[in-house]
Amino acid sequence: MKTLNQRAWFFVLPVLVLVAFNALIPIMTVVNYSVQETFGDNLFFWQGLDWFQQILRSDRFHAALGRQFLFTGLILAIEIPLGIIIALSMPRQGFWVPVCLVTMALPMLIPWNVVGSMWNIFTLPDIGLLGYFLNHTLGIPYDMTQSPIAAWITIVVMDVWHWTSLVVLLCYAGLMSIPDAYYQAAKIDGASSWAVFRYIQLPKMKTVLTIAILLRFMDSFNIYTEPFTLTGGGPGNSTTLLSIDLVKIALGQFDLGPAAAMSLIYFAITLLVSWVFYTVMTKGDTN
Amino acid sequence: MIIELRQVTKRVGAITHIKETSLKLQSGHFNVLLGETGAGKTSLIKLMAGLDPCASGSILMDGEDVTNVSPQRRNISLVHQFFVNYPHMSVFENIASPLRVAGMTKSEIDDRVTEAARLLQLAPMLSRRPQELSGGQQQRTALARAIAKESRAVFLDEPLANLDYKLREELRDQLPAILAGRGAVVVYATSEPEEALLLGGNTALMHDGAVAQFGATAQVYRNPENLTAAKAFSDPPINVAEIEKRGKVAHMGDATWDLTMDAAGLLDGRYTVAIRPSNVLPHRTEKATVSLTGTVQVTELSGSESSARFVLGDTSWVSLAHGVHPYEVGEPHEFFMDPSRCRYFAADGSLVA
Repeated sequence: MKTLNQRAWFFVLPVLVLVAFNALIPIMTVVNYSVQETFGDNLFFWQGLDWFQQILRSDRFHAALGRQFLFTGLILAIEIPLGIIIALSMPRQGFWVPVCLVTMALPMLIPWNVVGSMWNIFTLPDIGLLGYFLNHTLGIPYDMTQSPIAAWITIVVMDVWHWTSLVVLLCYAGLMSIPDAYYQAAKIDGASSWAVFRYIQLPKMKTVLTIAILLRFMDSFNIYTEPFTLTGGGPGNSTTLLSIDLVKIALGQFDLGPAAAMSLIYFAITLLVSWVFYTVMTKGDTN
Repeated sequence: MIIELRQVTKRVGAITHIKETSLKLQSGHFNVLLGETGAGKTSLIKLMAGLDPCASGSILMDGEDVTNVSPQRRNISLVHQFFVNYPHMSVFENIASPLRVAGMTKSEIDDRVTEAARLLQLAPMLSRRPQELSGGQQQRTALARAIAKESRAVFLDEPLANLDYKLREELRDQLPAILAGRGAVVVYATSEPEEALLLGGNTALMHDGAVAQFGATAQVYRNPENLTAAKAFSDPPINVAEIEKRGKVAHMGDATWDLTMDAAGLLDGRYTVAIRPSNVLPHRTEKATVSLTGTVQVTELSGSESSARFVLGDTSWVSLAHGVHPYEVGEPHEFFMDPSRCRYFAADGSLVA
């Protein structure tokens, strides 16, 4: 072999600079805050790992983390199967294909804070279309500013409405890549529709499904805008998810040290769980 | 086993995919469906397999009307041009899958899979996954599945089209032996005339959604009943030109030749003549006597044969001859046609002599 061509570094330099500016430098700032106590006038005191210990031991963090896992668990448990079912029932050809696709894509095009506001107004008991209908027509008491259950149902339904389309579109793309020949072979063998799903459609959807699950995990685990606009974390702390709690600590209480430590822990958890998901789902693909 | 099509048609919306077709396909030899892409080979197979409904007519298997019977209950197999295997199952499981659906016992499945694997030389690969196999082995797996099932009919829809040349020849040579004596009707769709000739048996020439001619392959090749059949079953394409018959002489541009036998008895008038490229030679022989001088456009050397495309009047002709012949592209060259090999067709395309 010849000596390594050092010029290669020159070509990756732009990427390195970009990554440094949009990832490394901000993260290092956060790391910097997480090990110090901050006062005004640029006064910093070394704190070591105190903030990390404090956050990891705090009941408030545990509660928020628990709510976060509950939320994400519900989102994945509903959106993934629902997305697959909708994708399976969409037409494969003809006039209705573009109609379905556009209808599916619409919720994803709406800005996130608008989605929160929409659902807020939609569910208001006195003037909201859904809220009024539930309370005054059906007589079901439904007020997410009063009832934690109502608040939870609303944020979950809102997220399902907003993001199931992503799963649908990904799965649909996976389904469309299956040649007709497979369905014909199944018909000739007399395979049941469950067997067609289990042995033809699911294996062919696996790659896109992995991406869908990862994306929905990361997005729902890091969700902020929509529940913040919708419930602001209430009533009480019942819908205070990790990100909302983090913003409360950082900007509400201006505790930059603990907030920085919490962000890093939050980041580590997201990374870890994503890695576990990815490893489990792609296991056995290597051969 | 016999599959019989009685005045079957297939329509999708307003489009007719298969025009009224009647055919009788028997076991014991290959039944080749020969036609270019879009001729209706796959459509016809899907009708016989029950994957698409007939618009009219009926399909019988051993006398039993199966027109409205599901593909599964027809007990058939279909091998596609793509290698259709379940990606996450081993080769064994792939071959066994239709047997499991049918609810066979474990020992019976073992026996059948082992036997099919032996026939198709897959025994060492039974525990592998399809994607670990070569294209040829993947298609063998699909064939093994069809054989293990011991179905009443095996439909092979251009099964070798996606294999490279060597594997294609190898598998084509073995196919008759693999499928012989199994009692199933074997239907083999291909777009290559050469493949039909190599496989023998019967051939149905398909063109534009209809069967142009059906019969023993060699017979169909030698005696096309109509111009469509003559064009469909020729590679390189058959030479076609207009002639005028006056008395016992045929006139084609400057060339003339004496008509004999049936052709001599035709009424005077215009006819279409067709002659295979192998009967148009670059030199005079005892039989090739009619001189045709045309401008050479394209020449091709393939192994021991050389072909030349030349322009004669307003039609393009092809000559195919043994040995290497020096042609000058763009230059006129004298070719010689064997008039005894000419076939004459009337204006409606039917063979007249």
